[in-house]
Amino acid sequence: MARPATITVPVESLTVSRQVTIALVGNPNTGKSTVFNRLTGLRQKTANYPGVTVEKRVGKLTLKGSIFDLIDLPGIYSLSPNSTDERIAVDVLLGRVPGTPQPDLIVAVVDATRLYQGLYLLQQLAELDRPMLVALTMTDDAISKNIRIDIGALQEKLGGIPVCEIVATTGKGIGNLNSMIGEALSQKRSTDHSFWPELRQSARVIKEEAGDSPLTLVEIERAIIDEDPVAVRAIQGALGTAADSQLLAHRSALCGDDPPLAVEARARYGWIRSSLGELETKAPAPIRWGTKLIEWLNRPFPATVLFYGLMATIFQAVFAWATPLMDLIDAATSGLGVWLQSTLPPGILSSFLADGVIAGVGSVIIFLPQILILFLFIILMEDTGYLARTAFLMDRAMRAAGLSGQSVIPLISGFACAVPGIMATRVIPDRRDRIATIIAAPFMTCSARLPVYALLIAAFVPDSSVGFANLQGLVLFGLYMLGILGGVGTALLLKRSALRGPKPTFILALPEFHLPSLRTVLIKLLDRARVFLRRAGTVIFAVAVVVWALAYFPRSDSIEAQRLDAQSQAGTILEGDALAAESASIDNAAAAAQLAQSWLGRAGQWVEPVFEPLGWDWRISAAVIAGFPAREVVVAVLGTIYAVGAEADESSLADRLTSATWPDGRTVFTLPMVLGLLVFYAWCLQCAATLAVIKRETNTWRWPIFAWSYMTILGYLSALLIFQLGSG
Amino acid sequence: MTLADLKRGDRVRIYAIEAAEHSVQRLMVMGLVEGAELECLGASLGGDPLEFLVQGSALSLRRADARHFRVTSTPAGDPN
Repeated sequence: MARPATITVPVESLTVSRQVTIALVGNPNTGKSTVFNRLTGLRQKTANYPGVTVEKRVGKLTLKGSIFDLIDLPGIYSLSPNSTDERIAVDVLLGRVPGTPQPDLIVAVVDATRLYQGLYLLQQLAELDRPMLVALTMTDDAISKNIRIDIGALQEKLGGIPVCEIVATTGKGIGNLNSMIGEALSQKRSTDHSFWPELRQSARVIKEEAGDSPLTLVEIERAIIDEDPVAVRAIQGALGTAADSQLLAHRSALCGDDPPLAVEARARYGWIRSSLGELETKAPAPIRWGTKLIEWLNRPFPATVLFYGLMATIFQAVFAWATPLMDLIDAATSGLGVWLQSTLPPGILSSFLADGVIAGVGSVIIFLPQILILFLFIILMEDTGYLARTAFLMDRAMRAAGLSGQSVIPLISGFACAVPGIMATRVIPDRRDRIATIIAAPFMTCSARLPVYALLIAAFVPDSSVGFANLQGLVLFGLYMLGILGGVGTALLLKRSALRGPKPTFILALPEFHLPSLRTVLIKLLDRARVFLRRAGTVIFAVAVVVWALAYFPRSDSIEAQRLDAQSQAGTILEGDALAAESASIDNAAAAAQLAQSWLGRAGQWVEPVFEPLGWDWRISAAVIAGFPAREVVVAVLGTIYAVGAEADESSLADRLTSATWPDGRTVFTLPMVLGLLVFYAWCLQCAATLAVIKRETNTWRWPIFAWSYMTILGYLSALLIFQLGSG
Repeated sequence: MTLADLKRGDRVRIYAIEAAEHSVQRLMVMGLVEGAELECLGASLGGDPLEFLVQGSALSLRRADARHFRVTSTPAGDPN
């Protein structure tokens, strides 16, 4: 095949001073993210790699006045990827990701207590022949397990790559790591060291035949072992038709009839097993509480009790612990609203601030304590290593739904928010299993459903006890179960039809239990609070303002004239308390009449026929429609609608909902209607962010459109059924 | 005897692997190769998946994959 005689160089690569990029690479659960947080502090941001949605965590690292980009790559065991997540880590290392330069320095994070597995990746990274540094973490754990590692011998075995001992959780050795990074950036490596010389020899033969192709030896090696499609195409481009037979010849010379990956594993672990004796000495480890705990937890009874006990504690905590803080926020916002209305002259400004901004945004901010408690539990489960263990515990149960234990982590994350839950599916190797999990995740009761549930439960479920449990808590638990049922049932249906495929496998490294780092937990929790408040301050604020405007305009002059007329008539007949009461009720009726003829009122009445069979009046219909981009908005909209249509007082939104009536005086919020509304919220997909992330993760519009239509129809029909059966 | 036949506390050495399936090759990359010594830490709810300790790392896999690893017993208390 003819090659172009001239090479085009992209303009951006001609700039002289390019940003220096450092990549953190390592096995999963080595404390890589803790090292990343230590090196960058809070100066980090999360973006996405183009085309795929693997989260790209980039931070700034300052060394002697220069600033470097530090990338935290997804955890890998080898350069042979099994999932989307692992594929991106390998592609960044090989310099194949547009917009992300090939790292100028690789910092390999290795767990000192798991050197055996870590050395596999270290061999492959060292063979990349890039400047490299090893950060040996968990050295305190190694000491307590009686493992001694000979740092000098390790450096020598790796062909001179510097090794730095650190304890990421306490920060010990981080200063030293910083200065070693500075030195390693100017490191010259051209050792061409290989731990499997036969493979390297084959790669060199192909490289020579390929002439001046930019292919690296490691890429050719991946083509021989993994049939890596990018590298195979490049070799076909360079060698033409001879490429496939060449690759096959080298593969069978190296591996015979055995699977190439198995042969590579035998060769590399052969080297590891012969070297490990010189690298580490192990005395019998003292019995550790982590290991003893695992042994005990593996017995079926304690495992089951702990799992359900923990879930029950979370629900209890979300309701009980948050109450004092929520009461405080509630008192503050309603107090502020009343103060504004009594201070400002009545009219448009007072209504905008009190009914629009404070009632709208305030009714959502009140749920910050509950959401933070929920996230605290999920972060703690993640950081102690318990989340991985739930995957192990629930594997058998998930098999009934056609999934594996690996789907459990995304689904549990979905209790916080479907977006990170869906992104967590990237560790699932099989595409069909991954899509089934993605479609199941939005069914999990996310933190944005919590405000809706909490509002309706507080208003309509009596705060009484049923045996040991509180009735409100029980209803909430039931709604969570409903979400799980909907999600797992849907996954099962999909795995039986559109996503039918081979039974998924389950392979997972289980991290030891360990105490979480307070610093990491706080960084993550602050990040969640920031995201929530930013949404309240932008999206929800904007919706509240728009809804307020739609509910306030146009003002009817005739209603206002009638109101003034009625007020002056009342003034002539009544006096004292009777006058005040009559005057308030006249104002109220006028406000309700104004609301009914506002833009929002007209739109709500227009769509009312669609939702009337569900028992919803136009106000709920309008709020539900406004909530389609983000479901927690419904609370803000109800807050605004019921504030505009009411006089200023300190009664809560829940009280206002209870007293809402149809024009003929019937109560709107009857039990069947509230139950139907709750089920609608349990199953309906009202979240633009979730749809966007499904689109990105599946790379097609088909799945988000399916998920939205399916869940909306399911929610509507369930609410219809419950209301009609309950009222009939 | 295969890895699928072990009980909690059993210590074994792998001597042969049927590596045709990709899931088995993934386990080999994670350290389950011929000559590796491991300890069975037990089974999950319902008896599957299983958990093993391999050179300090805990690894879980299903019985269906464990059947591809042939093992012999090593004396208890032998540090691996």
